[in-house]
Amino acid sequence: MFRNLTLTAAVALGFATGAAHAAGDAEVHDFDFSFEGPFGSYDTNQLQRGLQVYTEICSACHGMKFVAFRTLADEGGPMLPDDQMRAYAEFYEVWDPMLFDGEGDFRPATPADHFPESSLSNAPDLSLMAKARAGFHGPYGLGINQFMKGMGGPEYITSLLTGYVDEPQCALDMEVPMDGYYNVAFAAGGYPEECKYENGDHKYPGSWIAMAPPLWGDDVVYEDGHSTDIEEIAMDVSAFLMWTAEPKMMARKQAGLTGVIFLTVLSVLLYLTNKRLWAPHKAAAKRKD
Amino acid sequence: MGGIPHDHYEPKSDGEKWLHGRLPIVDLLYTTIMAPTPKNLNWMWIWGIVLTFTLFLQIITGVVLVMHYTPHVDMAFASVEHIMRNVNGGHMIRYFHMNGASLFFVAVYAHIFRGLYYGSYKAPREVTWIIGMLIFLLMMGTAFMGYVLPWGQMSFHGTAVITGLFGAIPFIGEALQTWLLGASAVGQPALNRFFSLHYLLPFVITGLVMLHIWAFHTTGNNNPTGVEVRRTSKADAEKDTLPFWPYFVIKDLFALAIILAVFVAVVGFMPNYLGHPDNYIEANPLATPAHIVPEWYFLPFYAVLRAFDNTVWVVIIAEWISFGIIDAKFFGVLAMFGSIAVMALAPWLDTSSVRSGRYRPMFKWWFGILVVDFIVLMWVGAMPAEGIYPIIALIASTYWFAYFLVILPLLGVIEKPLTPPATIEDDFNAHYGTASASGDPVAAPAE
Repeated sequence: MFRNLTLTAAVALGFATGAAHAAGDAEVHDFDFSFEGPFGSYDTNQLQRGLQVYTEICSACHGMKFVAFRTLADEGGPMLPDDQMRAYAEFYEVWDPMLFDGEGDFRPATPADHFPESSLSNAPDLSLMAKARAGFHGPYGLGINQFMKGMGGPEYITSLLTGYVDEPQCALDMEVPMDGYYNVAFAAGGYPEECKYENGDHKYPGSWIAMAPPLWGDDVVYEDGHSTDIEEIAMDVSAFLMWTAEPKMMARKQAGLTGVIFLTVLSVLLYLTNKRLWAPHKAAAKRKD
Repeated sequence: MGGIPHDHYEPKSDGEKWLHGRLPIVDLLYTTIMAPTPKNLNWMWIWGIVLTFTLFLQIITGVVLVMHYTPHVDMAFASVEHIMRNVNGGHMIRYFHMNGASLFFVAVYAHIFRGLYYGSYKAPREVTWIIGMLIFLLMMGTAFMGYVLPWGQMSFHGTAVITGLFGAIPFIGEALQTWLLGASAVGQPALNRFFSLHYLLPFVITGLVMLHIWAFHTTGNNNPTGVEVRRTSKADAEKDTLPFWPYFVIKDLFALAIILAVFVAVVGFMPNYLGHPDNYIEANPLATPAHIVPEWYFLPFYAVLRAFDNTVWVVIIAEWISFGIIDAKFFGVLAMFGSIAVMALAPWLDTSSVRSGRYRPMFKWWFGILVVDFIVLMWVGAMPAEGIYPIIALIASTYWFAYFLVILPLLGVIEKPLTPPATIEDDFNAHYGTASASGDPVAAPAE
């Protein structure tokens, strides 16, 4: 599960590019998301589509225990209308220990409740997934590209969801086949000896992942008529997961921009004050020299 | 202050006289704020203000974070997410605090290397230097314990690795590690005590910062020439100095504003740039991250720790002489703490009669290599300990020790230093005189 960090460690403090570590580790591709860069913002429609993908596909196994239903209506998020958000919450059932005279019972979720936890023990919680994984942009690289591109978490998720390909021949030749599914973007899984070079390096990128391919293309029907290519669906749900990981991103960038502008103006004023303050002493120095 | 003749506070009104006779606090503040300061200080003398500001930033944001944080293994991670999602402005406060640690270390490293270049550690400023080194050690301890609190994967497994260092100490190591953690492994007792100490130590640092300021106000600031302020008379002293307020306060605030603009850009636009993605995964004792890498500011010393493995001949000899008591692991720990200790001993290792590196032609080169060496150590500390990296780490670590233990003592003997200017006034006039003549009137003294 944590092997995917080898690629980030491998480029640690280096000026890494995507191609530099494709072979042997994992293939994470660059995708352009609307929220990249200092001025990038979430695409509300895309977040709503991502929520739909999450609900119809991912939530079968995965949970999002840190995300409250009420936040689906928040500014800077999917911004569901209030009634839709409430209806969406009611769609889930939660265990309430106070009901039934303290014996507990299920009831429909309210906006204050959180998404359920993962229903499958080996399916990780997705609340923070987009921040808990790094794509090829960092995080340790001095590459200032992170400023424009982010950490690459959503890129990693999109690459993973679209990274299922046929197993290489070396794995097909094995007497006991590998568990799971071959995925070129997943570096943390099992990898057969048969597919390694003599020095231990991997002949092919990626590894074997337990999750069956969740997307095939046309898995959902979008109301807004947006394309349902596998890559589009994967990007939508990746953008949604970026929002669940960083729900205050828009407010943060706004605060950052205000702060930078304020401090820049303050710097100019202090520069002028400082220059004027020191001028007589510097002039005196010039006379004496 | 101290030996530098200067104006004193004179209580005028009855109220002022009443207070002054009972608690001369206004006098103390006046003397501190109006301290005569060498007027040729360059832009490397701004880091003290940056550090003081950052200390207060960390304390204020930290106090607010504590209001919403829960130091419990089952709730710590969720309480940080609560801060990030539900607390008003919580995400900004937490990101400021998280990146504030990095700002702190950027500033402290600049501050330390400033001191190393201009000989600020040399007599009579040894006590200032030693207090500074204590502050640096406490900062590292505080930063490390703070990193544990979010209880992510890197928090948990980093704690296991770092406390494991103490376990390498012969005979008492294991008992010491258990005592530190409050248990045989990282868990609730460790989280609770690190939380307690993470709240306490910043106030100890604040106290030491006051001593640090008191100490250098007693000796007077060093300056780029390393020449002392004339103390023969108040008139002479005033030719070399200007009061801290307003001249240096405004200058330092200008520098601080620029640095904060960059800092706010990092917090606003890439707050996780310097962090590890693994720390957004809740701590799981059963799953160890493939690469446990410390935060960037620990990397140079982490590189020293790992450099001395059991293939290095000094380690082999040490192990043989000590009958195996000093094994490779313990040697690495000794080397890591030693790399800071030799820095603290610089006042007694530097034999040169000239204080400032500006007038030491050979020293300049060796110092330049030391700066590069520090960056190389930081880089190699993040690399896996395989292939070429251990060799680079070993060479870089060796240079670090050689600089302090061999080069500094020898240079004082073999180097022919240039003659520094007679007074600070001469330096100031020479700089601004020529700078103005060449049509560059606004440039400040810079190296």
